[in-house]
Amino acid sequence: MNPEFLSRLQFALTISFHFIFPPISMGLGLMILVMSWKYLRTKDQTWREASFFWVKVYGLVFALGIATGVVQEFEFGTNWSAYSRFVGNVFGSLLAAEGVFAFFLEGGFLGLMLFGGDRLGPRIWFWASFLVVFGAHFSALWILMANSWMQTPQGYTVTTTQWGAQALMTTFKDVVWTPSFLPRLLHTWVASWIIGSALVLSVSAWYVMQQQHLEFARKNLSLALKWFTVLAVLQVFIFGAQMAIAVTKDQEPKLAAMEGNWQPRSCAPLYVVGWVDESAQKTYAVGVPCLLSFLSYGSFQATVPGLTQFSSDVWAPVNLTFQAYHVMIDLGFLFPLIGVVGWLSWRKRRDGQMPRPVLWAFVATVFLAEVATIAGWWTAEIGRQPWIVWNVLRTSDAVSPTLRTGQALASLVMFALLYALLLVLFVFLLDRKIKHGPERVSGEEQANALPNTIRELFRSAREPRAHAEEVDEHVAR
Amino acid sequence: MSLADLWFALFVVIIAGYVILDGFDLGVGILHPFAARTDEERRISLNSIGPIWDGNEVWLVVGGGVLFAAFPVVYAALFSGFYVALMLVLLFLILRAVAIEFRSKRESAAWRSFWDRVFSISSIALALLLGVALGNVIAGVPLASSGDIVISSVLDLLKPFPLLVGVTAIAMLALHGGLYLEVKTEGPMHDRVRGWLPSLGALFAVLGIAVAIWTAIEDYDVFTAFRDHWWLDEFPLAAAAAFGAIWWYRAKGRDTAAFFSSCVMLAFLLLSAGVGMYPDLLISTTDPAYNMTVSNAASAQTTLEVMLVVAIVGLPFVLLYTAGVQYLFRGKVRLSPDSY
Repeated sequence: MNPEFLSRLQFALTISFHFIFPPISMGLGLMILVMSWKYLRTKDQTWREASFFWVKVYGLVFALGIATGVVQEFEFGTNWSAYSRFVGNVFGSLLAAEGVFAFFLEGGFLGLMLFGGDRLGPRIWFWASFLVVFGAHFSALWILMANSWMQTPQGYTVTTTQWGAQALMTTFKDVVWTPSFLPRLLHTWVASWIIGSALVLSVSAWYVMQQQHLEFARKNLSLALKWFTVLAVLQVFIFGAQMAIAVTKDQEPKLAAMEGNWQPRSCAPLYVVGWVDESAQKTYAVGVPCLLSFLSYGSFQATVPGLTQFSSDVWAPVNLTFQAYHVMIDLGFLFPLIGVVGWLSWRKRRDGQMPRPVLWAFVATVFLAEVATIAGWWTAEIGRQPWIVWNVLRTSDAVSPTLRTGQALASLVMFALLYALLLVLFVFLLDRKIKHGPERVSGEEQANALPNTIRELFRSAREPRAHAEEVDEHVAR
Repeated sequence: MSLADLWFALFVVIIAGYVILDGFDLGVGILHPFAARTDEERRISLNSIGPIWDGNEVWLVVGGGVLFAAFPVVYAALFSGFYVALMLVLLFLILRAVAIEFRSKRESAAWRSFWDRVFSISSIALALLLGVALGNVIAGVPLASSGDIVISSVLDLLKPFPLLVGVTAIAMLALHGGLYLEVKTEGPMHDRVRGWLPSLGALFAVLGIAVAIWTAIEDYDVFTAFRDHWWLDEFPLAAAAAFGAIWWYRAKGRDTAAFFSSCVMLAFLLLSAGVGMYPDLLISTTDPAYNMTVSNAASAQTTLEVMLVVAIVGLPFVLLYTAGVQYLFRGKVRLSPDSY
């Protein structure tokens, strides 16, 4: 145990835990927008109830996302000060831009979204929610831009200053549009939307099984299933594939580690499951022949690079990268299957009983989607090792020189305990919300009486609230 | 004025914004168990900051981001040097957020009073830790030529002067939060807080003067700036005038104006610290040659220019919707079914 290892473990723990929440903020946010949009168009009360129900879940998720996100920003400085000193010019500015543009949008309007449901008219509430969800996506854009720069850096020059070597920005445009940025952004956004629709799918399938809130559950299931299936198919064939091609182009040793490919070979298979014996430099696996060559280069005979082409001091932990990657793609191929089979069965028996295995598969989707997304993140980050900035700075040179083992151990234990507590509370409260289910909301006339434009909103804030007593009475109950 | 100077100024303004905004919700947390006695009062206390505390805390995140981008070596030195302190800041930030979020989710009295305590203790601890950090920055830190703060244990940061600044920060934010609660509450809770404010104000004044005298005796750089350049004295004098205005407005029954005076006071106190420190960001107690200054610690021109565009595009929106949200939720707190 040394400060570097402990810091890596701590970062892995804190980022993985954090990464449970932001995809839900984006994906569930999108579903809430779709639902409240449907209410605006159709005036179907179920959609208003549904958006109010999901926004309660959303508040819980968002709070955890923010709380655990602050940790990430601090850790660059506390545990990785040599990295921060080196990349601050480039990486720091993207992080600061994320803060200025995105966090404020989210933080500023989250209050309106969470507390405004029964105070704002449906249209203005939709726009407040839109700004929060847009902010969540915008936030992801900046942080993924920063991460893409670490994967495929460009637009900088390394200069020695009074404080040692520093990467200075030469062209902002190049820093923004690094080769892996766009595929990574789209791949992650789509993964988040899959998680969001999977959450709705999962909970409504649960209600159908329990024969509870049936009208709500059927409509939600029907909506979520469509989104889930379409997105899962697109993810496999377009967005995931594009990401893989980006790795193929710019990070060959990473590609070799992902597939456990030791020798360069043509007609390389795409494995489904396997085990890498790193000491013997062998990979035992089963897969589809020639598919990797085809997916990576568009030709079944194309040669895929092997690890032995590169010096062993630039190899990532091969087996770990291999396993993370395969968990992701196996699940990635499973999702369209669940979607299509589920859709067919749903269309046939919309009013009758769905087969229980299908419902159980629906319930499982949100957990599987979370696992797949985190495995994908692991693939990107573990596969980048031993570099913290690809081919520029090693992770071992990035750790804070003043950090001591005892301190790092203490903070790691602190985070482990704190996050265990957070997880227990999160699951407990989420479970309660789901068991409680959606609530009836006030009728359409009342909804129409609420302020529905910016001007009405400010006017109503100025006058004493007409329905204040009514609300007080509700609270007293 | 160079771009780096401008970024120094912007950084100070963002930190001042953070202290003003998160300051009152930390202050509400400090006073929470004392000011609010019944469950309804405690819910009112929580909901007075309910819709806005998240947005307020974001100013700290942005402050950190701006420091990272504009003065990366300072960010690296400060965050790694104050490792244990910052881990505690994170611990209390999370516990505080959890307490606000989870307190009213169950009816049980034991559950609620537990989270009330967590909320209050975290708020006090955060005020103390951030105050101690500021105290250390003012007093100087053992900065080596490598740009690392070399301390043998966290106790090195707990010297008397920083501790005094930490305690002063608690009193200052309690006063600020009290003035906020005075605006947001009515009935017995309002009267209770109102009764305490003069004593809180006196306590803060005594501690604040003690900090000022201490910086003078120790001849800290922040003091010498004011001694050598008399025109800079307007900053601390304006803070003192704003402090006076708090009591003048309260005597006239204008609670909102009194709270805004407190905001102005905090702004000028933070600006005074910034003006006093300039051009240093971190002062080395090892050798003044290792000081991190606006000129030797700033990022390169391209980065500062890009950041300036970000700030020019982004900050007006930030100010607009911060003001808009605070305006919408102004007035006395009313509980609704969606409240904490």
